Amino acid sequence: MTNLPLLSVLVLLPVIAALWVLLAPGGEDARAANARVTALVVTGLEFALAVVLWLSFDIASPDFQFVERVDLFAPFLSWHLGIDGIALMLIVLSTFLMPLCILASWQSISRRVPEYMAAFLLMETLMLGVFAAQDLFLFYLFFEGGLIPMYLIIGIWGGARRIYASYKFFLYTLLGSVLMLLAMIYMVSVAHTTDIRALLTFDFDPAVQPWLWLAFFASFAVKMPMWPVHTWLPDAHVEAPTAGSVILAGVLLKLGGYGFVRFSLPMFPEASVDLVWLVAVFSVVAVVYTSLVALVQSDMKKLIAYSSVAHMAFVTAGLFVFNRQGIEGSIVMMLSHGLVSGALFLCVGVIYDRLHTREIAAYGGLANTMPRYALFFLMFTMASIGLPGTSGFVAEFLVLLGTFSGSTWLALGMTTGIILGAAYMLYLYRRVVFGTTDKPDVLAMPDLSGRELAILLPIALAVLWMGIYPESFLAPLRAPTGAILARLHPVAAPPQVPVKPGRPVLPGSAGR
Amino acid sequence: MIALQTLYASVHLASVETILAAGVLVLLMIGVFRGDRSLVPLTWGTVALLVLAGIHLPIVPAHGATAFGGLYIGDAFSTFFKVIILAGAAVSMVLALPYLREAATGRFEYPILLTLSALGMCLMVSAGDLLTLYVGLELQSLAAYVLAAFHRNEPRSSEAGLKYFVLGALASGILLYGISLVYGFTGTTSFTALHGLVRGTGLADLGTLIGLVFILSGIAFKVSAVPFHMWTPDVYEGAPTPVAAFFAGAPKAAAMAMLLRVAVGAFGGMAADWQQIVTFVSIASMLLGAVGAIGQGNVKRLLAYSSINNVGFALIGLAAATREGLTGVVFYMAVYVVMTLGSFLAVLAMRTADGRPVETMASLAGLSRSRPGLAAAFAVFMFSLAGIPPLLGFWPKFSVFQAAIDAHLYTLAIVGVLASVVSAFYYLRVIMTLYFAEPAPAFAPAESRTNTVLLGAAAIFCSPVGMLAITPLVAAAGRAAASLL
Repeated sequence: MTNLPLLSVLVLLPVIAALWVLLAPGGEDARAANARVTALVVTGLEFALAVVLWLSFDIASPDFQFVERVDLFAPFLSWHLGIDGIALMLIVLSTFLMPLCILASWQSISRRVPEYMAAFLLMETLMLGVFAAQDLFLFYLFFEGGLIPMYLIIGIWGGARRIYASYKFFLYTLLGSVLMLLAMIYMVSVAHTTDIRALLTFDFDPAVQPWLWLAFFASFAVKMPMWPVHTWLPDAHVEAPTAGSVILAGVLLKLGGYGFVRFSLPMFPEASVDLVWLVAVFSVVAVVYTSLVALVQSDMKKLIAYSSVAHMAFVTAGLFVFNRQGIEGSIVMMLSHGLVSGALFLCVGVIYDRLHTREIAAYGGLANTMPRYALFFLMFTMASIGLPGTSGFVAEFLVLLGTFSGSTWLALGMTTGIILGAAYMLYLYRRVVFGTTDKPDVLAMPDLSGRELAILLPIALAVLWMGIYPESFLAPLRAPTGAILARLHPVAAPPQVPVKPGRPVLPGSAGR
Repeated sequence: MIALQTLYASVHLASVETILAAGVLVLLMIGVFRGDRSLVPLTWGTVALLVLAGIHLPIVPAHGATAFGGLYIGDAFSTFFKVIILAGAAVSMVLALPYLREAATGRFEYPILLTLSALGMCLMVSAGDLLTLYVGLELQSLAAYVLAAFHRNEPRSSEAGLKYFVLGALASGILLYGISLVYGFTGTTSFTALHGLVRGTGLADLGTLIGLVFILSGIAFKVSAVPFHMWTPDVYEGAPTPVAAFFAGAPKAAAMAMLLRVAVGAFGGMAADWQQIVTFVSIASMLLGAVGAIGQGNVKRLLAYSSINNVGFALIGLAAATREGLTGVVFYMAVYVVMTLGSFLAVLAMRTADGRPVETMASLAGLSRSRPGLAAAFAVFMFSLAGIPPLLGFWPKFSVFQAAIDAHLYTLAIVGVLASVVSAFYYLRVIMTLYFAEPAPAFAPAESRTNTVLLGAAAIFCSPVGMLAITPLVAAAGRAAASLL
């Protein structure tokens, strides 16, 4: 078991499955059935592998574990994998969401099923690769490669304005990434290594750091997305199929936050401290502005998309206060948001499959006809608001604790966002679920099916677990966070030099 | 006796050219006597000839050697490019067969002209003297002019041939004038002598510099770099598709090799001067290639702008003028030839149900439904040309950017990546048409098994699987670049 290259298997298994799904022979229906089953089995297997990884992971160590290295693509890069606690948690999140996405697309996708499943499997390979990469350019390869399947998913299976949305998604994120690529090339040319672990301890010239930091920022801020470069997200979400939205919100948005944690903070500590104002301003504007925008949306998916931007602002705010609560809270926020916003998109998908509209006004009074659905939707709404007992509370509380000790004003801005967040989510819930309706098509909607229950229940349990006993998720983060803080500490908080009382020196005694 | 021995040694070193020259004359005789029905055997005969020539490539010693009193150079650099040229010519020959039979121009001269052109290219990359270079270039070009007009019943093809000839002749004239200026001011046309003489300072070098500018302009025409790119879209569009495939592949690589040899091998002392020119040409080509392609509705024109764009990227490596940069250019051309030949193979498969070739973007709509394999290959080439990792096409761009950053050419690198984002737009447009649009009338089924195999092989090479070729390819490119310096 120990000799098995677990990470390589984890990363490469989906892409092999994708090839099989594409090339499998048979008629259209047989291929579709084969694709669905293969995708579900493989993603389930991936989750099992991720759990094995979690169980055999040494939580106490801040080092990268399960390291594998083959110099396959010299001189440019090597196949070099390894994970720390942060990457581990994100891998678990991704593999957890994946089978649920496949299940969510079981019936709603009837067109070109093998291609769809293959795109999702390819997506999984690329996402896991991003978290597992230990080589700078291998990271970039996975990071940018993810654009291809997502572009196809939005463009082929998306809604009416899918072509516009797919272009916008691709070109926005590409523009950010290429600048990061140049910064990476520069870093490698200075440090003479592509090994991320070595780069983590390399001290870049403080004069160059701001430029490198900004180049990485361009990429991660778009991916995150941060205000004012967030505009691709609502478009992409609205047009993507349900499962596409889940992956987009659940995992792809985490790539930006992961990038900040992995690269910006520990590799450019000086620049991070110098440019913290930029992040703080963007975060506060984002959280207030996008919450207000979310308040007036008439499209459910768009509303949740804007709420994602607001939640991601919590992540950036928490990361750049340079203390333990902030960073750990941000990562928990990423995990929690991955679950909750994924679940919310799935909830929208459930009623979209029945009525084929995302207009809030088309619904109402679902509590009467779909009580089970109303219960789950309520729970995820509360988790999004941050009600104690749910994962959202742990995340928001930690981030606020962190920001408060960093800057009271920042904490004030972020708290405003929480209040607005409660407003738009409750407003959404009231319009969709409460009240009475006389619309015959809404009244005729059946409650959750067994399949839909099987999708939502695991997420609900995970949300509660994270809310009631967050230690399981915080423990693996502790050691890597400590390592990041150790890099930041000399810069962020100059150590107080203790004043030592000196002994008086008698004149004339100095020479002795 | 001694003279005879040196002559033999020279001929021996130039085995590839000797074999090609002798073989093509024999094949021409066969063609003349047997007529057009010999097209198929002649085609395979020339492929065999190219393979035979390729077998003799290892004759060249690893450390390099000269022949014919320095007129001819055989080194790792020329060998690397000759592999590309011979392979590119052979593939262009084979892929044309169905088209030639179909379009009723099944004339036997096609393989002969192509081989003559390949012979010219081999001379170009092995040139050790400005005059050898010129002779090789003219041999290549004259054959190419005829090829462009090969479909002589179609006005578009004749127009392409005429346009190519007039502009090409002008470029040759400029090149020759530059050569005469350089000869006038330095008294030599030999690369080795020039490398020792030209130092970029002093009055005499001003005249040399003007000569160099003329020479570079002439070569820029051949690699279709801005501002000498105007012929490219028209010729690609007008020439028969297999001919356009040929033009976009091997001759581009050969002309680029010639540019490297002249710039680094002969005028290495004036690097500071030509670096400015190359930087400008590179930026202009990247931007114009990216912007010009956006409005194109014809796939061949789009590929023409794509080739302008790609040449711009490759020139970044030359602008860096370091060993890494040259390695990057050499690596770039190798991958580029495969990508572009693959794209043209896909274009060749675009035929309506009654067998008529079509070239419009609109006819590609929804191809992923009717021909999923072809559409997937097309998409691989487009993503690869756009330089999106993990496709192989990303890595040549990566290597030239790396060279530019190492040489502190930050502006060039930033303009380059921004141009690559703009160019991604039109590559995406092709993929959008293939995958997102409602299906247009289906194409005729694939007719040639050979072409399908070639297409599949090229697609696999450009896919992430091709990344396994990085290590050997970059090592060979590195050796080639090292032999140049």
